[in-house]
Amino acid sequence: MTTEITYNSWFAEKMNDNGIHSQWLTDHHPASMPCLQIRLLDWAHTARLARQLHMRFTALWAAEGGQHDEHTLYTYMIFAHSEHRHVMIRTPLRSNEPTVASITSHYMAALRMERSMQDMFGITVEGLPDQRHWLKHQHWPEDAHPLRSDFPADTTMPYCDGQYPFIKAEGSGVYEIPVGPIHAGIIEPGHFRFLAVGEQILNMEERLGYVHKGIEKRLQGMQAEQAIRLASRASGDMTVAYGWAFARACEQASKIEPPARANHIRAILCERERLANHIGDIGAICNDAAFSFMQAQMQRLREDLARLHQQLFGHRMMMDLIVPGGVSVDIDKHAQQLLLEQTQQIAAEVEQLRAIYADHAGIQERVIGSGVVTPEEADAIGLTGYAGRASGLHVDERVEEAYPPYDQLQVRIPEGKLGDVATRVWVRFEEVAEAARIIATLLASMPAGDICNPWTPPEAGVSGIASIESWRGEIICWARFGIDGRIDRCTLHDPSEVNWLGLELAVRSVPVPDFPLNNKSFNCSYSGNDL
Amino acid sequence: MKQTLTLWLLNLLQASLMLLVAPLLAGIVRKFKARLQNRRGASLLQPYQDLRKLFSKESLFADNSSWIFRTAPVVIFTATLLAASIVPIIVVDLPSAMIADVIAMTALLALARFWIALAAMDIGTAFGGMGASREMTFSALAEPAMLMGVFVMSLGAHSTNLSTMVHFALNLHHLHPSVAFALAALLMVSVAENGRIPIDNPTTHLELTMIHEAMILEYSGRHLALIEWAAQIKLLLFASLIISLFAPWGIAETIGLLPILIALGCWFAKIILLAAAVAMLESALAKIRLFEVPNYLFTAFVLAFLGMLVHYILEVGVQ
Repeated sequence: MTTEITYNSWFAEKMNDNGIHSQWLTDHHPASMPCLQIRLLDWAHTARLARQLHMRFTALWAAEGGQHDEHTLYTYMIFAHSEHRHVMIRTPLRSNEPTVASITSHYMAALRMERSMQDMFGITVEGLPDQRHWLKHQHWPEDAHPLRSDFPADTTMPYCDGQYPFIKAEGSGVYEIPVGPIHAGIIEPGHFRFLAVGEQILNMEERLGYVHKGIEKRLQGMQAEQAIRLASRASGDMTVAYGWAFARACEQASKIEPPARANHIRAILCERERLANHIGDIGAICNDAAFSFMQAQMQRLREDLARLHQQLFGHRMMMDLIVPGGVSVDIDKHAQQLLLEQTQQIAAEVEQLRAIYADHAGIQERVIGSGVVTPEEADAIGLTGYAGRASGLHVDERVEEAYPPYDQLQVRIPEGKLGDVATRVWVRFEEVAEAARIIATLLASMPAGDICNPWTPPEAGVSGIASIESWRGEIICWARFGIDGRIDRCTLHDPSEVNWLGLELAVRSVPVPDFPLNNKSFNCSYSGNDL
Repeated sequence: MKQTLTLWLLNLLQASLMLLVAPLLAGIVRKFKARLQNRRGASLLQPYQDLRKLFSKESLFADNSSWIFRTAPVVIFTATLLAASIVPIIVVDLPSAMIADVIAMTALLALARFWIALAAMDIGTAFGGMGASREMTFSALAEPAMLMGVFVMSLGAHSTNLSTMVHFALNLHHLHPSVAFALAALLMVSVAENGRIPIDNPTTHLELTMIHEAMILEYSGRHLALIEWAAQIKLLLFASLIISLFAPWGIAETIGLLPILIALGCWFAKIILLAAAVAMLESALAKIRLFEVPNYLFTAFVLAFLGMLVHYILEVGVQ
């Protein structure tokens, strides 16, 4: 099978110009995004070069080498560019005392990923400005590094008394408000530590990592068909997008293309998921400002979507419909008709509600100008999804990577710049309309044929990578296969990993009671952040 | 002697009515709100069931809570109920109205507020302190506005006694502009005092946005029930106060079965109208920013003050 080389040789040339030696690893790496191996000492230089070239940093992780290479640790990172394909870079670490230089000074978003890497692999990240644990619970033993292969999944860890030192502030009138991890509403656990003077927030610090489920560890040794069910539960409200990301990573590894009809169905499901979540969140944002009318209406529409999913696919949130090789459910003529009618009707109703929202002085007064993330700040941390698109970062994997079927579509990206709650809501209203348009286009051009190609796992050591635009932002999934077609190592990157930083930035200038409104306007995932 | 006994008995009945109808009012408001949002809503009797549930549940206390925390619900409940018994709703010239005037009523409500803030700070949680700080800041602005609004009526009635003021209101035969100002001010204050939208959201679960609810987060069981009930009584109190001062038509000026039944019917009908108005308001408005609340309360104060000026300029000597 010959694949046209569409990968990013541009960055390799730039690296070469800057004296960074790199080598393409085409064996065992997906043709769509082959890996560029660099020397350990060039790690931070590469990040600096990427920053100079205005590349976007999307993910960073560590993994032990595949077959016959189990004792070498590698660190990986991915950069994106608006005019070139994504580029994946890796470097081998020394086997005794694995150490890598921090790239946080170039890309702020790397901070928590590097902290996670320290926690999970025991890799020392040099020059990391924040040496505290991130995902590792403070009561875990210091030498426990759960993702290393010499750490059995069934290890019982002894309780070790530990502390998580929060940022402190002193001065008269400064006080702390600890919120969570258990909240009054039915939401996921997470701790927020506010430092405030009167009602003004000085600093808000997040402490996540209360939902560690060991998904990455559990995925190891699973067959792809089972593994996809677990991967698509990384964050339940993005289950379609996670399933798609995992399936596509597997398909890249074994060089299987799903049938055109399956790609269409995947995109329809993914856009329906976008529709449901944006609609639900717009209502919830209004409800946080006590505008309950909008909440009641939006919940009703969201419920309608979920009921049709239940009727057509047997699951309200469309779980487990995507399988490696294709999809497990077809959308027949009757279902196409139902989906089209409902999508258009709901989009029309949302437009009516949008007019009410836009004319309502009370809610507008709350959302306009609240929680601003400027385009400069957004660029510094690399916000993704609607949070990025509201702050001048108009990136979308459906356009940048243009995975099928989006290569046949023109996805319109809403271009927000002001970066406040109002703009984030505006972006979501725009995306609701756009998702409805895409669904209609896809339904009208549904190709005939199979919905699934047979799945055959690749040989041991082969890896695949995919980036999928979920409703929250880009999901990155990298998976490597071992013997017998089992997953050897898989990493999933949630857009929230980056966007949580955006929330911290946004609320520096808002009063304490405006925090929930801002939090909901970002609506980051707790679960996807802590696999 | 027998006359006095009957009056006290009626007074007791009136206070019990406040006590028993208060949860129903909460239920009616919720029902109206639900219907306005195309929801079916819970039963009208749901607040009673909630109270029964809370009374039968165990009360839990923080280890570091003092006697203040345990006593506060009783004080809050008693003070609110006493304040409510002062307002004439069915019959005027009852003994409680004779011995306590509107200033006493405001003082009783302030006492309840003082204790709730004290209890909120007693356990030393961040939310309690935050809620207490917000409550006291806003009440410092709400109380003058409320007193000023009531005083506009007092000026006309030449009394701070609520019964006398009801008589005055019943005998108003043409529109007094000052009364309109006072009504506007009191309506605004009532919304703020009862923690309703757009000032506070009684149904929210978001601790950081709360004012009243933040102070009672640590309460449970029968202690929470008492506080919830007191809040419902307070809402009914303000509704009744507005009705008695500005629309007392139908209230029994003589004692007899028929006048009392008519008064009861009129009062209840007016309460339902007010509940509908509250539900409309709460469905149509969003919460205002916290820093806008002082402006809102100041507007209420200015309205009341204007009412007073208008009274002196236009109405003194007219009667």
